[in-house]
Parts: sequence; C-alpha cells; structure tokens
Amino acid sequence: MDYMLNEDLLAIKEICIEIGEKHILPVRAELDEGNEFPREIMNVIAQSDLFTIYIPEEYGGTGMGSMALAVATEELSRYCGGIAVSYAANALGAMPILLMGSEEQKKKYLPKLASGEKLCAFALTESEAGSDAGGVKTRAIKDGDHYILNGTKQWITNGGEAQIYTVIALTDPDRGARGASAFIVEEGTPGFSYGKKEDKMGIRASATRELIFEDCRIPAENLISREGYGFMVAMKTLDNSRPGVAAQAVGIAQGALDEALKYAEQRKQFGVKINSFQGLQFMLADMGTQIEAARALTYAAAGLIDTGSKNIVKLSAMAKVFASDVAMKVTVDAVQILGGYGYMKEYPVEKMMRDAKITQIYEGTNQIQRSVIAKAMIKEAKRK
Amino acid sequence: MKFVVAVKQVPDTAEVRIDPERGTLIRDGVPSIMNPFDTYALEEAMKWRDELGGEVTVITMGPPQAESVLREAISMGADDAVLISDRAFAGADTWATSHTLAAAVTELGAVDAVFFGKQAIDGDTAQTGPSVAASLDWPQITFIGKVRELNEKSITAERYVETGTQVVQAELPVVLTILKDANIPRVPSLRGKMKSRKAQIPVWGLIDLGLTEYETGLNGSPTKVVATATPEARIGGQIHEGSTEELVAKLADLLLGEGSEG
Repeated sequence: MDYMLNEDLLAIKEICIEIGEKHILPVRAELDEGNEFPREIMNVIAQSDLFTIYIPEEYGGTGMGSMALAVATEELSRYCGGIAVSYAANALGAMPILLMGSEEQKKKYLPKLASGEKLCAFALTESEAGSDAGGVKTRAIKDGDHYILNGTKQWITNGGEAQIYTVIALTDPDRGARGASAFIVEEGTPGFSYGKKEDKMGIRASATRELIFEDCRIPAENLISREGYGFMVAMKTLDNSRPGVAAQAVGIAQGALDEALKYAEQRKQFGVKINSFQGLQFMLADMGTQIEAARALTYAAAGLIDTGSKNIVKLSAMAKVFASDVAMKVTVDAVQILGGYGYMKEYPVEKMMRDAKITQIYEGTNQIQRSVIAKAMIKEAKRK
Repeated sequence: MKFVVAVKQVPDTAEVRIDPERGTLIRDGVPSIMNPFDTYALEEAMKWRDELGGEVTVITMGPPQAESVLREAISMGADDAVLISDRAFAGADTWATSHTLAAAVTELGAVDAVFFGKQAIDGDTAQTGPSVAASLDWPQITFIGKVRELNEKSITAERYVETGTQVVQAELPVVLTILKDANIPRVPSLRGKMKSRKAQIPVWGLIDLGLTEYETGLNGSPTKVVATATPEARIGGQIHEGSTEELVAKLADLLLGEGSEG
C-alpha cells in the first residue's frame, strides 16, 4: 500500500534501507548472540542525520516529527528490533526536554542529541514501579542550588551507553505521583553509576541496565519543568513515544513476513512450492492484512501527534496495543511457516519472534494500555 | 583544498542479462547506478575534505539522465556537481572521454586532485583515470588501497598491486584511482538528500569546454569497434573417482589418448 509518503519521508526510508542492508544485516545475528550494543551503527545513524528528525531546526535538528520517527523506526526494525530500539530510545529520552524543558535546557542538550554526539535515555521504571509508575522510590532532595538523588532505576534502555538521562524522582514522597519531578542527569556525575546489565530474551543488541544514584548531586537547573510535574512529564513522554513502539512492532512483523514469503517461494514439499498450499496462503494473507492495518493505525497516531493535538492518549495506546499484538502473532506464524528452519538460529525469524515479545510489554503493558483506551473511550462517551 | 571526483553512471551489472544471439547487453529495464568503485573515490575525497577543509565537486560525462548519480553524490556529502553533456560527446571511447573530462577539470580551475574509482563495471578498462592524468600532464597514482598522507603540496599513497604494496609519493595536482580497500563509503544523510533535491547542477557542453567536434565523441575516438562476440562457454573438466592406482591408470590412458571421454 502506498501511504503517499512525501519526499522527506521517502528519503528517510531510503537511508534506513541502506543502513539496514549494508550495516545491520551483516552483524545483527552476532550482536544478538553477543548481547552487544551497536555502537558503530549508532555512529552511522548519527552521520546520516537520523537523530535530527525529532529535534526542531532551531536546536540543530531537521524537525520532521513523529511520523518521520515512526517511518525510521519501522524501517530499521525490519532489519533488527534491538538496533532500532537503541535508536528510538534516544527520542524517548529526549522527549521530556522537547516537551517540557526550558529554553536553556533545550539549547544545552538538544543540539548534541541531534548530531548524535551524545546518546540519551529515559529512566522511569524501578523494581517496584512498573505499570504503577506512582510507586517510584528514587528520591530527589533539594539542597541549596542542587538536588541530591538516591535510588535505583531498573531496565533502562540505553543505560550505560547514553550520556544524558532524563530521570523521574520524588521530590515530595507524601504527595505520591504528584510529588514526582523530572531531572536531567549527565554521565560522570559523582554518585551516578551503572548497575547490572540485563540478559534478555530479545532485542539483545540493545542495552538494558540499572542506574544507581547514591548521593548524586545535580544542579537545580537540571529540574525539567517544575517540582511535582514529573509524573505529567513521564505520561506525556510516553503518550508521544508509543507510536514509536508501534512502528517498531510493524517493522519487526514486516521483516518476519518478508522472510516467510521468501522461504515459502523457495521451499518445496510434495514436489511443489509450499506457497501453493492454501493453508499456508491463508496464513500469509492474514499476516499481510494485519501488518497493513497495524501500519495504518501507527501512521494515524503519529500523524495525529504531528498535528499538535493534545488528544493523543487513546490513539497512541491503540496503535501500540494493536501493532505489538500483530507483531507477536506474525512472528510466531513466520517461525511456523519456516518450520524446523524457523526454529533454528541460522534463520532470522526466531530472533524476530523473541524481539517482538517486548513490544507487548514495554512503555506500558498491553493490559494497562487497554485500560487507558477504555477510560478514554468512556470519558469521550460521557462528553457526548 | 579543491577535489574533483569523476563518476560514471552504469547499468547495474548484477541485473544485466546478455542477448545470446547478438552478444550485446540487454539494457531494457536494468536500473542505472553509480559505478560502485566510484563510491570509494567519492568517500576518499570527502574524507580528506573533512580533515583538511575545502570542497568536493563531482563530475560525470553522460546523457541528461546521468544527473541522477550527481544528485546521489551530493546526498552522500559532495558539495556540488557538474554534468558534462552534449550530443557531440556521444560514442566516446576512453581517449575522447578522458580528453573531455580533462577539459572539464581545467575549466573548474585550481583543482588539487581528481579521484576516480579503479575502473567502471561496464567497460572494465581502468583507462579513463590514467588517461585524464596524461591529458592534463599531471602525475597519477593508480590502484590506491590506502592514502597515507595528503597535504597542500603532496600525497603519499599505497598502491595494492599484484606483487605487493608500493608506496608512492606525488606532488599535487594529481590524479588518483581508488580501490575498495581504501574506505567504507558513508550512507547518504538526510540533509544531503534534502540538499541534493534542491541542488542546481550546471550542464557543460562542447562550447563551455572550448572543445571541437573533432576531438570528442565518436569523431574523437581512435577506437573502432569492428565486432563483439561472446566467448564460447567452456566445457567443464572431468572428475574421476577411485583409488590412487585406478586414477593413475585412468590418467595415463587419457594422456595417451586412449579411453578418451571427450
């Protein structure tokens, strides 16, 4: 299907295909096996300007917005979900600054993120605060013109690889979620260290690590927005980034379908190509249809964000839920179509299946997303 | 520094088929691409521009549609480009092509180095680069696997040749042909692609280059193609199996002309 992508979006797509073919395909299995961060590919991505697309022109970006980010993330994910998330997590990390940061903070950090000189990460999750982000325990106590951070963040994508972190911590624990604030913490700040690096099922090329704050003193000007606004910053960030997860899911699914189609054309059983069997054709048809529907919803959600609408929560969540469920189903089916070969690491579809699973879990589980969607719908219905 | 990169638009030979009766390339529906070897020349020029400052100008001689490879070069980071195109240039062999390209380099003025790929994948002659150097009466270093040093005055480069590595130094201006060992070409950038869409690419013809019809194109080409032919397909060798004794006996028979199987 032709989405009438404009010249800029087509250019992004072409660049991602070139990066995918030349730089990702030859190494993706190795990086997956080795749990290894794609540092060199991040350099190629930086040089090709892909870090500029979600950053406004006045801060060194190309200001192309959410749709452009979705196209890039989708296309990179077709080659490797782990490498794509290492890229897209930078947008997630930058989002609090983009959405709520001060002019000084934008000027100081965004140009370095646009050029790829520095990588970025968003730190909300803790061992006891997942879907219930209000359960955050990390403290930030004001001390003159500094804040002192104490606590541990868990499962932080790009942890240990990024140089700039946007961190949610409690400034007023008595007020629960309303007592949270968002901060910028730079690598190398005394009292800030990295903990355990996770050994994951999928997206293994991406880094997932603990951030440990022990009496970590950061300048007060690193507070994003105001004290007490941290939870809002976090929610707004995730509402804006969910189409990115959806795009990642669409890309992983498309990659798996491409492999399944290729294999079904080559593989012969009973003297004929297996794609001549109706049972398999129906599987392929469903996979293709579901991906196209997921892509349409993802582009709709990203497009809505680009209109500047404030009412993005429901559609962002819908795109994330639908696309990630499609990715899981399509990748499982792709493994099925490749049969025994699909189950082997020599073929890429088992990796795609492992990579797909996380899209149903992170940036809000699909169960929480369904609650969000239902609440939004019920609220809308009452207004009518 | 002012660097020129000469590129060529070629049919993607991975997609080309040969008409078995006429022995010619079937070009219909075959995508045109930048000669892959030229991407290494472009990267090498841009690498040294990024280090030393200056600009990279890309040139190509070809029909109007060859402009697309110039836009591709700009999207990868070249500063500007010139299309060398004129009906009078059609049918040029490597001599006439080199003569025309040399005139373009002269017209650009104050060029420090001209970079070529080692050869084009369609003609495979590897003559155009050296021939441009001869036309300009500049030194040349061909088959460069590594540029060791490049400065305002000179270049030191490693030539990868059959017998080993040759280290050659030359004064600027110079003509260079680059091997794929030299670098990994960068991918196009988003800003490059935006720039390439808007770039104004001048077209230089016969008059712009101060040339005459007698020294360009088919007229200016000493090469005359009398005929082209496809070499006959080679018949595969024979493979025999058995014990050493049996194989020695078999081989002796074959060499003595007995028991020949074809």
